[in-house]
Amino acid sequence: MTVPESAEGRPAKIEIAELRVSYGDVHALRGVSLPVHPNEILGITGPSGSGKTTLLRTLNRLNDRVRTARTSGQVLLDGEDVYDPEADVYDLRRRMGMVFALPTPLPKSIFENIVYGLRIAGVRDHRVLREEAERALRGAILWDEVKDRLHEPAMRLSGGQQQRLCIARTLAQRPEVVMLDEPCSGLDPISTLKIEQALQALKERYTIILVSHNVQQASRATDRTAFLLMGELIEWGPTAEMFTRPKDPRTADFFEGRFG
Amino acid sequence: MRRVNPEVTHRAASVGLWLSAGLALAVLAYIIGLVLVRGLPAVTPHFLLASPERMGRAGGIFPTIVGTLFVTTVALLVATPLGVGTAIYLTEYARIGRLAAVIRFGAECLAGVPSIIFGLFGFIFFVITLQLGWSVLSGGLTLAVMVLPTIMRTAEEAIKAVPASYREVSYSMGATTWQTVTRVVVPAALPGIVTGIVLAVGRSVGETAATLFTAGASLRLPTSLLSPTRTMAVHFYILAREGLSETHAYGTAAVLVVLILAINTLANWLMLRFRAKTQ
Repeated sequence: MTVPESAEGRPAKIEIAELRVSYGDVHALRGVSLPVHPNEILGITGPSGSGKTTLLRTLNRLNDRVRTARTSGQVLLDGEDVYDPEADVYDLRRRMGMVFALPTPLPKSIFENIVYGLRIAGVRDHRVLREEAERALRGAILWDEVKDRLHEPAMRLSGGQQQRLCIARTLAQRPEVVMLDEPCSGLDPISTLKIEQALQALKERYTIILVSHNVQQASRATDRTAFLLMGELIEWGPTAEMFTRPKDPRTADFFEGRFG
Repeated sequence: MRRVNPEVTHRAASVGLWLSAGLALAVLAYIIGLVLVRGLPAVTPHFLLASPERMGRAGGIFPTIVGTLFVTTVALLVATPLGVGTAIYLTEYARIGRLAAVIRFGAECLAGVPSIIFGLFGFIFFVITLQLGWSVLSGGLTLAVMVLPTIMRTAEEAIKAVPASYREVSYSMGATTWQTVTRVVVPAALPGIVTGIVLAVGRSVGETAATLFTAGASLRLPTSLLSPTRTMAVHFYILAREGLSETHAYGTAAVLVVLILAINTLANWLMLRFRAKTQ
């Protein structure tokens, strides 16, 4: 299987158009338009409070649960409007896997955490559950560390292992897009490295959106980068270009650590 | 200006807190000790398994043990789903804050009503209006109404204490509210919910006024939901008040206390096992 260097020319996996989100008087996103290409790792970076997390939560409509949130604009997944009143929000969320900033194991065993998405989708066959669990754990480079203790509580894993467990749990739900919200923010450098390695292997099969407020991580781990500042998309492009020849002085300032 | 030495304050506080904890424990130990010392000598296999004779002056208390268990079981079977269901509705489903506030306020008021008022209500409503008579069912339903606020409020607090991140994870994976509630929220809140149920069991098993008016005071072994029955607490009350038999009164009390301790211990043990599996 070959992976295209650049996904230009292929239809966008996600097309975000004029997306605006506000919470009461606070404008979190002020008209963001951005395509997400299939099988790329798109980095979204920017200082805290710039709207990165809101952007992710708007893509899988998790923000629907926030009562004060008002959303306008368009998000197309494979050309279909995810905010269409007829759209199946449960299926959308299954297709758009999400990994949160802090490790969030559920108070269940390692195995039950991994197969949670399959169970809620109605999969009962234990053989299928087991195979999927192994596949997902291998995908998140965690299998060798936990294969003999699948029925122990997930809470007993280390922080880095818990975060890879969360990635595996997302993979097991067979998503098309994997969104990660600062997945390494609470982790040590070695755990971070393991997660970045896992992501590089995963982009063959998934479209990945990696939110990171860590500029080094954005430069190491992503194909394209989008820079958000106070709810505005300042610029986006191939990561290498963004770092060497940013078009906007604010991008350069942020990347060089002058603020953020 | 003289200043109080923090070390002295610390010591005084330690002594004061130790004394209050010690005093609370001592009162508890004294009550349980008194009941057991006076009551246990009367508790023999015959006392536990035989029917009362001569209004309880002789014989055993078997029908009252069965009556207590029946009435309590009915109360829990009714109050648990209702209370936990209401708590789930208020925390996970209710969009209208005002309705939730009204339900909470009502539950708090109910919790403060003396049990004899519940007895009177149960008598008028279940015994007379619904024509259930003095029965296991009337007694159980009355106790259910009485312990409902306890179960509901403890369940609500336990559910509220479940980290929001668990819900976020579940919803982000495509779960419905019902799946999230049954697979994540309720299991995580279970220790707290069970605490409420155990409190309710304690109140039901020990209740006198509410059951006297609704379950009756029959000494016959109850055979159906509509049989009248006498609970252990009512039996103790009648034996002591009418001066029938002090020995048998304390014997009944000892069985009651041991039963409540056993239920609490069992619930604790179950919770520890459950937690060991998940955390």
